[in-house]
Amino acid sequence: MADCEMSTQAAPRLEMEGINKSFGATAALRGVNLTLFPGEVLALIGENGAGKSTLMKILSGALLPDTGTIRLDRKAYQPRNPLHARASSVAMIYQELSLAPHLSVMENILLGIEPAHGPLIRWGEMRRRAVEALVQVGLDGLSPDCQVRKLSIAQQQLVEIARAVALNCRLLVLDEPTSSLTQTDIEKLFALIRRLRGEGVSIIYISHFLEEVREISDRFTVLRDGQTVGYGDTTDTTDEQLIAMMVGREVEDLYPRSARKTGETVLEIKGLSGAVKPDDVHLTLKRGEILGIAGLVGSGRTEFMRAIFGLDPIRCGDVTINGVSEAANPYSRWMQGAGFVSEDRKAEGLAVGLSLADNITLPRLQKLGPWKMVLPSRQISASQPWIEKIPIKCQSAAQTVQSLSGGNQQKVAIARLLHADVDILLLDEPTRGIDVGSKAQIYRLIDTLAAGDPGQGRSSKAILMVSSYLPELLGICDRIAVMCRGRLTPALPVTEWTEHTLMAAAIGKE
Amino acid sequence: MLDAKSNNTSVIFQSAWFNLLSRFIALLAVFLFFALLVEDGKFYTLRNLENIIRQSAVYATAALGMTLVIIAAGIDLSIGSIIALAVVTVAWTLNLHQTVIINGQTQSLALIEKWPVLLPICAVIAGVLAATLAGAANGVMITGIRLAPFIVTLGTMGIFRGLAKGISKERDIYPPSDTWISRIMDPTISSPDASRNWMIFPPGIWMLLLAAVAAAFILRYTRLGRHIYAIGSNEETARLCGVPVNRVKIIVYMLAGFFAGLAGLMQFSYISGIGQPTTAVAYELFVIAAVVIGGGSLMGGEGTILGSLIGALIIGILYMGGQQMGWPKWVQEMVIGAIIIIAVALDQFRHRKMH
Repeated sequence: MADCEMSTQAAPRLEMEGINKSFGATAALRGVNLTLFPGEVLALIGENGAGKSTLMKILSGALLPDTGTIRLDRKAYQPRNPLHARASSVAMIYQELSLAPHLSVMENILLGIEPAHGPLIRWGEMRRRAVEALVQVGLDGLSPDCQVRKLSIAQQQLVEIARAVALNCRLLVLDEPTSSLTQTDIEKLFALIRRLRGEGVSIIYISHFLEEVREISDRFTVLRDGQTVGYGDTTDTTDEQLIAMMVGREVEDLYPRSARKTGETVLEIKGLSGAVKPDDVHLTLKRGEILGIAGLVGSGRTEFMRAIFGLDPIRCGDVTINGVSEAANPYSRWMQGAGFVSEDRKAEGLAVGLSLADNITLPRLQKLGPWKMVLPSRQISASQPWIEKIPIKCQSAAQTVQSLSGGNQQKVAIARLLHADVDILLLDEPTRGIDVGSKAQIYRLIDTLAAGDPGQGRSSKAILMVSSYLPELLGICDRIAVMCRGRLTPALPVTEWTEHTLMAAAIGKE
Repeated sequence: MLDAKSNNTSVIFQSAWFNLLSRFIALLAVFLFFALLVEDGKFYTLRNLENIIRQSAVYATAALGMTLVIIAAGIDLSIGSIIALAVVTVAWTLNLHQTVIINGQTQSLALIEKWPVLLPICAVIAGVLAATLAGAANGVMITGIRLAPFIVTLGTMGIFRGLAKGISKERDIYPPSDTWISRIMDPTISSPDASRNWMIFPPGIWMLLLAAVAAAFILRYTRLGRHIYAIGSNEETARLCGVPVNRVKIIVYMLAGFFAGLAGLMQFSYISGIGQPTTAVAYELFVIAAVVIGGGSLMGGEGTILGSLIGALIIGILYMGGQQMGWPKWVQEMVIGAIIIIAVALDQFRHRKMH
């Protein structure tokens, strides 16, 4: 790399000063400052909606700031569009995969910057540069001609990183890059980040996971409500201090645990097998219990949930709910008193273009009007109590779900189960991609649901929850089972697990 | 992970050559069906084969542009109207040859009197230019006003058809003299006129082949072509990677118009050199069908020129074969409709096999 500078005492690579950006009446950024040196990893943290994405979009040329100056290597930098940013060697890796699934690996890596003679692509040069980048991210065995949609999610994420590497970037922004990676791939990614740092690349690392921030970053900057509220060296700061800066208050009890009393068995699974995964799974779940399913991405946890709910075909086995075994399809599951929250909020979980009321009442539209009618006013009045009780931050129940933050969207997905008055909640990654504040609220909600409140006539619920985030499983579950290659370990009390043993079971080492 | 064996079969199912091979097999099957059933081997006479190709050529030429549009996850419903616009524009320009009455005196337009050779060339340029501009108008509206392609081209389907009718004053235009344009689709190898046999195919077909090679080349070897695939596959990604999405889209719709213009020249000849404003009605549906049968996905990112050509041929064979079997028109229409559904269903089945 030509402009390689090893010393962090050198001139700053990136200086952002007094950045302001408003959308209509809403101020997304208010005077944000950020400085980054060559060969440094800066963690950018903050709750969802704090302005991280807006700030990064300004850096990548997708948005223009209202006021403020940006300097890149001491020169004024004002990207007008993403191509301009890439031409300035600024690379972004977005949280949601942004690959063209029909194109080949090499075309994706060099999309928009294809080597060409006039209009003609130089395929030889393209292949050479793509292979070079693939080797760097540890995908040396992968054919550059392979169509991207045939790759696993983790491989796709690495191709996306290869895209940034191929640019020979001097500034690399990673937005939640690990959400779809397994532990091994995360370690590979971190090794790559460290190597790039060693070569003098400046890196901005956005993450909700404080352990990752701690492991990979040198310094941090915290954003809250569009303002810079804190910065410093990562090693000098505790997790509690970071969380307090992010949410603006002390979170004393992230994982609440009310007195839960287990009742009768509501869900009994015997020898459940899907087409490939899950494979011969046994499980029982009682009222008033939170059962966690740990495991690696792709181990068959989601397939297990989908098989229980009748979304995927069942090869053999038996699912008994409230003592009854019925045909496996989502309609009969709702009728039996089970509800499912998908891990993919946008694609499966919610109809984001519809209102909160529509989304909450969808599984049970009965009794929302005379005869078989569904009156919008009754949909709203039926949703209102849940919106207040949970609570969901919104202006009205008639507003569309897409106008809410990720955390509040997730609460809408859970409110739907409460409206349907289910006994069993199947939650697949209920806290994925939402900020710490919203996570805490969802933990509290899950806890109150499991504990129930006999005084108010609310019976306790049974909760089956899949998560990749071990601290939360250990924090709120009563029992945990681990999925590994489609098979489930026996569910043991949470006290018998540690992060270490959970991870060992997930990778199949007893 | 799937086990090795099922993995292998799915690799075969997914491969590009299997994809194309399956379409060739479908083409062969449809052809054999009629070849065996139409009596006395009339179906595979040289004359009939040439007719099939002539019949398919208009669809095929327009399908070149539609392939680009569909790969970019768009749709163009105005293709039939653009073909008619080109047909009428060609005839109208040729009609300039006619003597006009100025101040009570009859005179020919000077340019045409002096250079009669120029007239058909002007007509060709005018027809193709009108079609290309029509396509550009589609592209500008889709990117400029950010409307869905379906809506914009649904509107321009009416606008361009109306324009064609306006230019022709709602009557068929009969150009006074027979020029070479009205002969570009006339039979050659099966023509009784021995002096035409050496061409093998009608000139219009050669034009189609040339255009197809050009379109395939653009898609495969140029940045424009790969950007078209990228936009269809994931538009937001293409934008984030700095692909000039709007410019590419305008060019795509312009090319769709251009190829529809070429199809218009062929249609003009095919309907024996008459500027008929009501020609090529509902052609967009046959053209879309050709692309879809050829492997194009309306979700974008998929489709090939060769596939679309095969699709157009299949439709041409069904059309001619149905006629020769003595099927009534309504049966033909139902059969073509059913074939479209079956083709796409098979494709989906194949895709599901992959996962």
